Amino acid sequence: MLVRILVLLYLVGAPALAQTLCQPNASNGYRVRISIKTALGNQAYEWNENEMFLFQATMAFAMRRYYKTETYNVDNIIVCNQTRRVSFWFVVISPENPTMLIPKADVEKAVSALTTRLPCRPMSNSMSRHRINNAFLLTDRTLEFLGIHPTLAEPVNPDTPPWLIVFGVVIGAVFAGIIALLVSSLLQKRRKEKGMMEDGQDEEDRQMKGVENGINLDGIYNRGFTDDDRFTKL
Amino acid sequence: MPEEGMENSKGGEERPKWNNKAEYLLTCIGFAVGLGNVWRFPYLCQIYGGGAFLIPYLIALVFQGLPLLYLELAIGQRLRMGSIGVWNSISPYLGGVGVASMVVSLCVSLFYNTIVAWVLWYLFNSFQEPLPWSQCPLNHNNTGYVEECVESTPVNYFWYRKTLNITPNMETSGSLQWWMVVSLATAWSIVYICFIRGSRPSAVYVTATFPYLVLTIFLVRALTLPGSSEGLIYLFTPDVRPLSNPQVWLDAATQIFFSLSVAFGGLISFSSYNSQKNNCERDAVLVGVINSATSIYASIPIFAILGFKAHTNYVTCLNGNILALTNEFDISDMNITVENYEQWFDSLNGTHPSRVSDLNLKTCDLQTFLDQSASGTGLAFIVFTEAVISMPGSQVWAVLFFIMLFSLGLSSMFGNLEGVLTPLHDLKLVPKWMPNELFTGKTLICLVLFLVSLIFTLGSGNYWLEIFNSYVGSVPLLIIAFFEIIAVAYIYGIGRFSDDLEFMTGHRPNIFWKVCWLVISPLMLFVVLVAYVAVQAQTHPTYPAWNPDYVNFPDTEVLPYPDWVFAICVLLSSVPVIFIPLVAIYRLICCMSGRHSEDRLHNDPNPYANEGYVVES
Repeated sequence: MLVRILVLLYLVGAPALAQTLCQPNASNGYRVRISIKTALGNQAYEWNENEMFLFQATMAFAMRRYYKTETYNVDNIIVCNQTRRVSFWFVVISPENPTMLIPKADVEKAVSALTTRLPCRPMSNSMSRHRINNAFLLTDRTLEFLGIHPTLAEPVNPDTPPWLIVFGVVIGAVFAGIIALLVSSLLQKRRKEKGMMEDGQDEEDRQMKGVENGINLDGIYNRGFTDDDRFTKL
Repeated sequence: MPEEGMENSKGGEERPKWNNKAEYLLTCIGFAVGLGNVWRFPYLCQIYGGGAFLIPYLIALVFQGLPLLYLELAIGQRLRMGSIGVWNSISPYLGGVGVASMVVSLCVSLFYNTIVAWVLWYLFNSFQEPLPWSQCPLNHNNTGYVEECVESTPVNYFWYRKTLNITPNMETSGSLQWWMVVSLATAWSIVYICFIRGSRPSAVYVTATFPYLVLTIFLVRALTLPGSSEGLIYLFTPDVRPLSNPQVWLDAATQIFFSLSVAFGGLISFSSYNSQKNNCERDAVLVGVINSATSIYASIPIFAILGFKAHTNYVTCLNGNILALTNEFDISDMNITVENYEQWFDSLNGTHPSRVSDLNLKTCDLQTFLDQSASGTGLAFIVFTEAVISMPGSQVWAVLFFIMLFSLGLSSMFGNLEGVLTPLHDLKLVPKWMPNELFTGKTLICLVLFLVSLIFTLGSGNYWLEIFNSYVGSVPLLIIAFFEIIAVAYIYGIGRFSDDLEFMTGHRPNIFWKVCWLVISPLMLFVVLVAYVAVQAQTHPTYPAWNPDYVNFPDTEVLPYPDWVFAICVLLSSVPVIFIPLVAIYRLICCMSGRHSEDRLHNDPNPYANEGYVVES
C-alpha cells in the first residue's frame, strides 16, 4: 500500500517537479519560435502534440550527438508555456539526475551549427541545426531559438571571379577581331600594290589623284585630290 | 566605302558613302538615342507631373529640336564636309564653331565611354548566381556582414565600393582601380574595332535596333509584375500644376537639345556622306520624332519596373511590422496579413498602445516608395539593379538590361568619335610621316583617349565624371548651337540656304522652318542659355559625396567644390567656346596681313561659285 502511494506520488510529483524546472525566462531554458505558415504557405502542417514530440526527440538527438557519452531521451526535454504563435520554452534535464538542468551554454553548443559553407558539409556539430531544421521543413529564420544566433550564410566565393571569365571571353574575341582586320587590310594592301606595279598605265591617273589615295580601304576621307591639280591640268 | 564620283559638284573629292539609306538613318538614330533617353527622360516625366510634362517637351521638340536637326543635316549634306570644313565654308571667321564642336565631342567621348565601361562591368558581373549586388559580403573575421553594406544597402555597397571604390571627397584621388581599367580597356577596344575599317555601318544595324527589342521584352515582362500598374499610373497621371514653374520648361528644352545630340558635329559628318539629292527634311523629322518616341516608349517599362520595386519594398516594410507585432503579442503565425494589417494595428494600438509604440514600427507608405526617384547612374546601377533582384530569373533580366545600355552607349559613341575624327582629318593634323595603313591615325586617337579617360578610373573618378557631364556637356553645346543657327540664318543667309534646300530636296522650306530658323529657335536657345546659366550661378556648386564616416550615412554628404576644382569646371565650360572668338581673331589677323594662300586648302571656295563648274569644260 505504502509502495503504491509512493509510486503514485512519484508519478504525480515527477512531472510536477519537471514543470517547475521549466518556466518562462528560466535561466537555463531557451525560447523557441516557430513560423510554419510563413515557411510553407499552403502546405503548412498543423502544430500539435505529435509535432511537439518530434521536437523533443530531435532535441534529445542533438544532445546525444554533443554529449556522446550520455543517452538522452524524450523525457529529458521539458516543454512549457506553449502559445498560439507557436512559441514555447524548453529546458533540458540530465538523464542521470532529473533535478539537474543542463546549462544554457551546453544546450547552445549542442544546437547551434558552426559556420558552414552551403550546402552543409558534414562537420560533427554543425549538422545539428541543419538536421533540426530539416526535420520540420523549416529554416533558421522560421525555427528560431531565441538567443542562439543563426549562422551567417557565407556567400559562395568561387576561386575565379565569374566576371573575369566573361571579360576574358569578350576581350579575347575583340583582340582576335582586331588582329584579323589588321592582317586582312595588310594583305589587301599588298595585293593592291602588286596590281599597281603590274599596271603601269594607271600610275599617271593615280598621281593625278595623289598617292595617298592609293589605299582607300580604311574609309579615311582623303583630301589628296584638290582643286589645284584640276586647274593646272586644264 | 569611298566613291570615286566625278559628278560631285564640290570638285570631285572622294568621300565615303553610305551603303544604303537605312544605314544612314540607323546611324543618326543610334547617335541621337542614347542613355539619356532611357534614364533621364522618365525621371523628368516623374518629377514634373507625369503626362503633363509631354506638353513642354513636345513644344521644345517642334520649335527647337527639329529646326536645329534639319539645319545640321542640311548643311552637312550640302557642303559635304565635317564640322570644321562646313563652318569654314560658310565664313572663315566662324571656323571656330567647328573647332569648338570637335573639342566638345572629344571631352564627351572621354566620359561617355567610361559610363559604357561601367555598364560592361555590371554586364560581366551579371553572369553569377546569386547576383553580387543582392547580398552583403562577410567581414574579415566572419562575425558579421561588412558594416558599410549593412548601414546602406547591398546594391549601394556594390556600386560605391565594389565598382567605383569611391573616395570620401574629391581631394583624395585614390588609386587606379584595376578592374575599372580593365573594363575601360574593353570598352575602348570594342569601340575601336567597330571604327577601324569603317565597319561601323554593319555594327549599327545591331546597336541601333537591339535596344528596342530589349525594351519591348521588358515591357511585356514588367506588365506582368505585381505593382507595375501603380508605377504606370504614377507616371502618366497628368498633373498640370508643375507647368507653371519655369524650371519645367527649361528642363524640357535642355532635355530635347541634349537628347538629339546636335552641336556635336557628328550629325554634320554623317549627313556629309549622303548624296546631295537626299531629302534631308524628311530625315530630320524622322530622326527627331523617333528620338522622342523612344524616350516615351522607354519610360513605360522603366516605370512599370519601378512600380514593382516600390510595391516590393512596401510589402517588405509591412512584413517587417507584421513580424514584430506577431512576435510581441504571440498571435498565431500569418494571422496578420498585408490586407488586414490596418485593422490589427488599430485594435492592438487601442488595447496596448505603450507596447506597440515600443516596437518602433516603420511607417510604410506606398506613395513614399514611389516617390523615390533617381536618374542617370543612380537609376541604372542602384534602383534598377535592386528591382532586378526581386524579379524571378534575375540574371537574364540583368544581362538583357545591361546589354541594352551597352548598345545604346556604343551607338552614341560612334557619333561622338565621328565628331572628333572627321574634323581632325579636315584639319590635316595627322602628320605626313604617319603611314596610312594599319589605321595608325585612328589607333593613336583611340589610345590617347583611353589613356586620358583613365582619370575616371581613379577613386574620385565618379566625381570628375559628374563635373565633365555638367560643365562640358551643357553650356558649351548651347553656345555652339546658338552660333550655328545665327551663322546659317543670318551670315550664310536664309535665301541662299533655301536655294540649297530646294536643290537638295526639290522644294523650298515652308514658312514654318524659316520662322523657326530666323526667330523662334535662336530666341529659345538664347533664353534657355541665359536661364540655365542663371540657375546654375545661383546655387553654389556642391557635390554629393559618399562618405562612410559621415554622421548621417547612408545619406550622401553634400560638399562644396574646392577652388581648384571649380577653376577646372570654368575651364571646361569656356575652353571649347573660346575657340569661336579665337579663330575669328586669328583669321582677322591673317586677312589683314594679307596671307591667305595657306587658307585656301582649309577654306574651300564658296560652294555656290562651284555650281557653274561642269566636268566637260
